[in-house]
Amino acid sequence: MTEPASLLAWIAFVCLVAVTVGSAVLVVTLRNLFHAVLALIASLLGVAGLYLMLLAEFVAAIHVLIYVGAVATLFLFVIMLTVRIDDAALRQSNRQVIPAIALCGAGLALLLAALLAAPWTPVEEIRPPGVQQIGHDMLTTYLLPFEVVSLLLLVALVGAVTLARREDQRT
Amino acid sequence: MIPLAPFLVVSAALVAIGVFGALTRRSALGILMSIELIINAAALNLVAFSQHIRTSDAESTAGQMFALFAMAIAAAAAAVGLSIVICIYRNSKTVNVDKIDLMRW
Amino acid sequence: MPSPETALSGEPESLLAVFGWYILASVLVIGFVTVSAMFLIWWERKVSAHMQSRLGPMRVGWHGWLQSIADALKLLQKENIIPARADRPVFWMAPVVVFIPAFLAYVCIPFGPRLIAEDLTIGLLYILAITSVAIVGIFMAGWASNNKYSSLGAMRTVAQMVSYEVPLLLSLLGVVILTQSLSMQTIVESQAGIWFIALQPLGFLIYITAATAEVNRTPFDIPEAESELVAGYHTEYSGMKFAFFFVAEYTNLFTIAAIATALFLGGWHGPLLPPVVWFLLKSYFIVFLLMWFRWTFPRVRIDQMIGLGWKVLIPLSFLNLILTSLVVLLLQGGSAGGVS
Repeated sequence: MTEPASLLAWIAFVCLVAVTVGSAVLVVTLRNLFHAVLALIASLLGVAGLYLMLLAEFVAAIHVLIYVGAVATLFLFVIMLTVRIDDAALRQSNRQVIPAIALCGAGLALLLAALLAAPWTPVEEIRPPGVQQIGHDMLTTYLLPFEVVSLLLLVALVGAVTLARREDQRT
Repeated sequence: MIPLAPFLVVSAALVAIGVFGALTRRSALGILMSIELIINAAALNLVAFSQHIRTSDAESTAGQMFALFAMAIAAAAAAVGLSIVICIYRNSKTVNVDKIDLMRW
Repeated sequence: MPSPETALSGEPESLLAVFGWYILASVLVIGFVTVSAMFLIWWERKVSAHMQSRLGPMRVGWHGWLQSIADALKLLQKENIIPARADRPVFWMAPVVVFIPAFLAYVCIPFGPRLIAEDLTIGLLYILAITSVAIVGIFMAGWASNNKYSSLGAMRTVAQMVSYEVPLLLSLLGVVILTQSLSMQTIVESQAGIWFIALQPLGFLIYITAATAEVNRTPFDIPEAESELVAGYHTEYSGMKFAFFFVAEYTNLFTIAAIATALFLGGWHGPLLPPVVWFLLKSYFIVFLLMWFRWTFPRVRIDQMIGLGWKVLIPLSFLNLILTSLVVLLLQGGSAGGVS
């Protein structure tokens, strides 16, 4: 077995979880959409911290680079373009709140029951793969998915440009 | 090292919160944000599993690889989703999905 | 030097040592960042002045070298003005969100053979990832000010930073291919024989151009084009909050120069003088180069700038990447790549 986690590791973990889950709750409840994106960013940074706790530092760095540097920025852009500042006071949730809480609570309970009852057998010793190993595998074992994702990104790029372009510019 | 179970609980909670947001948000942007939360939870789960449970060292990168691909796909989804939101906003001056009820305008 | 791994799994004694080391490193970095930013502000004013046949600040101290301290004292005494309809919490947080990533990037900057806070295996990627968080702070400032010039400035800044981040990253990949490592120390150490600027001249040029845009300096200072946008995203900021933006800007300037030094100019390698001195000399030389650009090139138009990024720099950096990998492959023959 790997040696048990120290107190410091547990403190760090609990803080990260508090940030991640707390901000996630804010993401779905805040009325002001701009604030919701900021909460989303905090939650994403928390997830990056959790990746670090899992000794997956490469994934953590890429996560910050892609999500905070690109995806969240896109969200902020679109919010600045579409949301008017007076919209902040509008009600942001529909009338399904109570059924949704019931449904998600039931789903969560089911997930937790299944997860905690399952007999996981963890590895004897954790040897996280290095950056070189990840790079090597990505271009050998996972070459086909890699190429497919590249194609998907290209299609998404062209699609996004076509969709967001104003039609009347051509005339 | 923190054991596996706490990570699974966190990601289950994130999925539940994300589903709740996708069900209750009125704004298309809010729904997209909730979907990002769900994708994140899945990626976190994959990495946690791959670090803690594996049968051979050859597959030690599998989970991280899936997480990386999931991020790429989430970025693509966000880009296309947000450009659709801009299109909708241009045509109907709102991004609230319960206001968008016309097939033509 | 204790590592975070021992702190996360080890016994309580190492915990104190680790915390002590982290606090010491943070204090050193904060001290360096502040002094360096104040020096750079004075230096920029002097360089600008002399390039225009002026003298620049002369009143405070010998040739005005205390001017920045006087400015800091003045900023400290200023009243904190918050616009009436501003988004107050976000308005308060924005300068901090801009400053913290600029400061955190210093974890991985190799000032000397042993003088690095933590030589992460993903050092270069870490610096690039953490500095991209600052974009969020700029957006927060632009939105919270509730001012059209701030919003426009923020949107322009972010459009520029996002488009120039791509060539910036790609231009650095050439060096990563040569060294097969992302650790800043390994990259510097592998330049003992020859500096990478000799092997990667195109990469260096792309990097310097993209970096100038990344820190929003003339000729790419569209985000804060004074004549069109007042001051861009920090129009509404005053006092210490403004000082935060200002210090973050000069901190980023030094970070950009330090990355160029470590990746292309041989880092702390150099004869006679101690390594730290070499590193600082080279970095401040790059900073001087960027200041020289400011008074040499006129500001470009926004469409020209975005066009330059997407149509010139990105294809060029792809070319650089392909050429580098081809040469490395040919030189290494069939044994290239692979960890097994």
